[in-house]
Amino acid sequence: MTTQDETNTKIAASAKEIDAADGATKQYISFNVGTEIYAIEITMVREIKGWIPTTSLPNSPDYMRGVINLRGVIVPVFDLRTRFRRGHTEPGKNHVVIIVRLDTRTIGILVDAVSDILTIAKEEILAVPDQDTNPENAFMAGLVSVDEKMVAIVKPALLFDMNLVPDTTPETKVA
Amino acid sequence: MSDPMEQFKTIFFEECAELLISLEEGLMQLQAGDSDEETMHATFRAVHSIKGGAGAFGFDRLVAFAHIQETLLDDIRSGALEMEPEYITVLLQAYDILSGLVGAAQRDEDMDEDFGQDVAKAMKAIMEKTGVPVSEKTEIPPEKEATAVRHFKISFKPYVELYQRANEPILLIRELSALGLLTVELNADDVPDIEEMDAEHAYFFWTFRLVTELDETAILEVFEFVEDDCDLEISDLGPYLSPDEFIEDNSAGLFGALEEGDALEEDDALAEDADPENETVKKTQKKPQSVTKSAETVVIQSIRVEVDKVDRLVNMVGELVITRAMLREQGSHLLVEQHPNLVHGIEELSRHIRDLQESVMAIRAQPVKSVFSRMPRLVRELTASLGKKARLVMTGEETEVDKTVTERIGDPLMHMIRNSLDHGLELPEDRIKAGKDPEGCVRLSAFHRGGRIFIEIEDDGAGINREVVLQKAIEKNLVTADAKLSDEEIDNLIFLPGFSTATSVTNVSGRGVGMDVVRKNIQSLGGRITISSQTGRGSKFTMSLPLTLAVMDGMVVNIGNENYVLPLVNIIQTLRPTANDVNCLPDGRKVMMFRDEYIYLVPLYEVFGVQDAIHDPCKGLVVVVEGEGGVLMGFIVDDLVNQQQVVIKSLESNYELVEGVSGATILGNGRVSLIVDIATVQELSANHPAEKNLTNPLPEAQNHSQAPLSMEVH
Repeated sequence: MTTQDETNTKIAASAKEIDAADGATKQYISFNVGTEIYAIEITMVREIKGWIPTTSLPNSPDYMRGVINLRGVIVPVFDLRTRFRRGHTEPGKNHVVIIVRLDTRTIGILVDAVSDILTIAKEEILAVPDQDTNPENAFMAGLVSVDEKMVAIVKPALLFDMNLVPDTTPETKVA
Repeated sequence: MSDPMEQFKTIFFEECAELLISLEEGLMQLQAGDSDEETMHATFRAVHSIKGGAGAFGFDRLVAFAHIQETLLDDIRSGALEMEPEYITVLLQAYDILSGLVGAAQRDEDMDEDFGQDVAKAMKAIMEKTGVPVSEKTEIPPEKEATAVRHFKISFKPYVELYQRANEPILLIRELSALGLLTVELNADDVPDIEEMDAEHAYFFWTFRLVTELDETAILEVFEFVEDDCDLEISDLGPYLSPDEFIEDNSAGLFGALEEGDALEEDDALAEDADPENETVKKTQKKPQSVTKSAETVVIQSIRVEVDKVDRLVNMVGELVITRAMLREQGSHLLVEQHPNLVHGIEELSRHIRDLQESVMAIRAQPVKSVFSRMPRLVRELTASLGKKARLVMTGEETEVDKTVTERIGDPLMHMIRNSLDHGLELPEDRIKAGKDPEGCVRLSAFHRGGRIFIEIEDDGAGINREVVLQKAIEKNLVTADAKLSDEEIDNLIFLPGFSTATSVTNVSGRGVGMDVVRKNIQSLGGRITISSQTGRGSKFTMSLPLTLAVMDGMVVNIGNENYVLPLVNIIQTLRPTANDVNCLPDGRKVMMFRDEYIYLVPLYEVFGVQDAIHDPCKGLVVVVEGEGGVLMGFIVDDLVNQQQVVIKSLESNYELVEGVSGATILGNGRVSLIVDIATVQELSANHPAEKNLTNPLPEAQNHSQAPLSMEVH
């Protein structure tokens, strides 16, 4: 497990390498939620931040943890555990928020910890079984095996797009 | 940025917009009868410049029409034609047609064949009637210009030898500028770092653009003696295209151009006197100079900056305001005796940040003139269609306010002026009967007071007919029949939704969506509007608006473990009620006695779903706020935190619109706090399931009113 600062340095370094990459391999940041490992393309990641208390927004879904101040920009933070219906994260000092730049938006994803930076070749990525019949899995770009552990590569744009996932948790609306 | 031609076109249309405004101003002055020679020249120049530019871009219809208009104006200014009042009407119509044609050209549309033909005929008729023929002498056909005036690009790169032979580029440049209009662009790309610089080396080279009637040999003559000691390249860019192009290039001239500026202008003026043929080019160039003479259109030394860049600056200053709040919070624990320098430093910093904030806001500030200038035309058109006579008197047009505010007050302002003309001013015959000047007067004024901008619209019409207004309000069930209202309260009834005194719907105003929409617009800008009226003497609307929408005065309140910001402008009072003051309605909603009225208590903790909040208003606090339509409500909060300036940030840019919240801000502790949108909270609490059956809330009164169950005002 690496520290935040190390990871942030690596993000910056890898951003430079990417230009040189031939496109066959890509770098990913892997992180843990519970015992599971997920990964996200490193080019989308702006930085890794330690958990800071959020300001909750009224009438929002339960995986929306509220907003934080990221150097003057209001950034929403989403709880990946809640999004995957694995309960509610009780964030402490060791939890981290991955700041991700989607198309035009910047969002934060609350996870347990960042674990590594992976370099994965395109052919190593395996398809998600039954993705067509199970739309819930559509947010995954593929699966990959690292050190005999499965890592799911996620597409955050689909996970937290307010229009695409309108009501995974219908009872969360505050009356 | 891509296509230079498109760029020139954009500049041309920007300039057209400015010229049209100055043309209209000039015509209005002519109409008012207080025009001088300079006004006449300015109106002529405006049309002339539009024609010149239009010719360069091949807008033939625009050129043809502008030519007739220009000829008429020229005849008038030269005294060949005696000014008659009816000419003004024709000229004003011509102005409308001209702006229509400019608009069509800008949108790349074709107007109907006969668009403006009647006005063109009317203008010709005037000239024929007075025996002045449509003089051709002022016409400078584009072809003629094309042959006479040519545009050269000259690149000039001196060698060291040039300097060694004691030649001086400035002398050459002066000689060049004597040939015609010259812009100079210095290229200093080759200049090395100071350590590596050789004092005797030639590093600079120049690019000139010259507009002249002379040919290439004349230019070569200038360089005759240095020809072998420099790289010289002269390219003929063909006929001189557009004055705009020239102006554009001028801005790139840097100090080279500045140096030549004086000589250029003098030369220009001389050349103009000597050579009337060449008027188009020279006139346009001379424009900024001559316009400065007229007080109305002051040309300020300015630069064009993208709004984006300014907004970034505003954001950074916003960050500083937040950091200041943080430092102050931290610094408040320090003892002056122990850390005198630090405490004073924080104070100093605070002051500087406030100055900086004001300066940055001043960049975004625009004179309200940009909005006001649309009004004369409105008044002109309306008075014509209503059969009324009115003149518009505007003061304080230079009063400045944030760009977002000027962008959004246009419509409300137009609506109020319509209202004044339609409902306020009487018909000329009625005015004579009342012993007034048949021509009514609408005064539009703007001024700063107490950190806000005030805009007043005052007419000298009949004033509000309070009997009719009250009758109407009772009819529409907006007020109870036995209500006793003060005059002021009756006047302000016109702001209620669904209120309109016009007996029939005119196309001017009176669809019943009038003044309440105006008020809503103004309120959405954080402003307020009131009306005062004197029977038989006229009425006056007063708007007060914040100077900026980026920073707001807010009251930070605490609800549970969250902080919220309430806009200070809406807050009337904060109090802790006693148990006797608070009552429960059958539907479960709580009401409280406030200034002899019952007002609803809004449980903000419920609206925002906050845990651990104080529910009992007698233990927490009630902030009485004024909502939409002047309705008072009591927001139940735990406690007040402090009053401070907050920087308004968007939630939507990274998330989405949140109901009941107009934006977010960052407090001194770095935490995000939400800004309560009072209007939607009002709506949310009114739509609360428990109160569904209660569609018609009790009428509520505001502040000083002692009248039982009276309508609200403001």
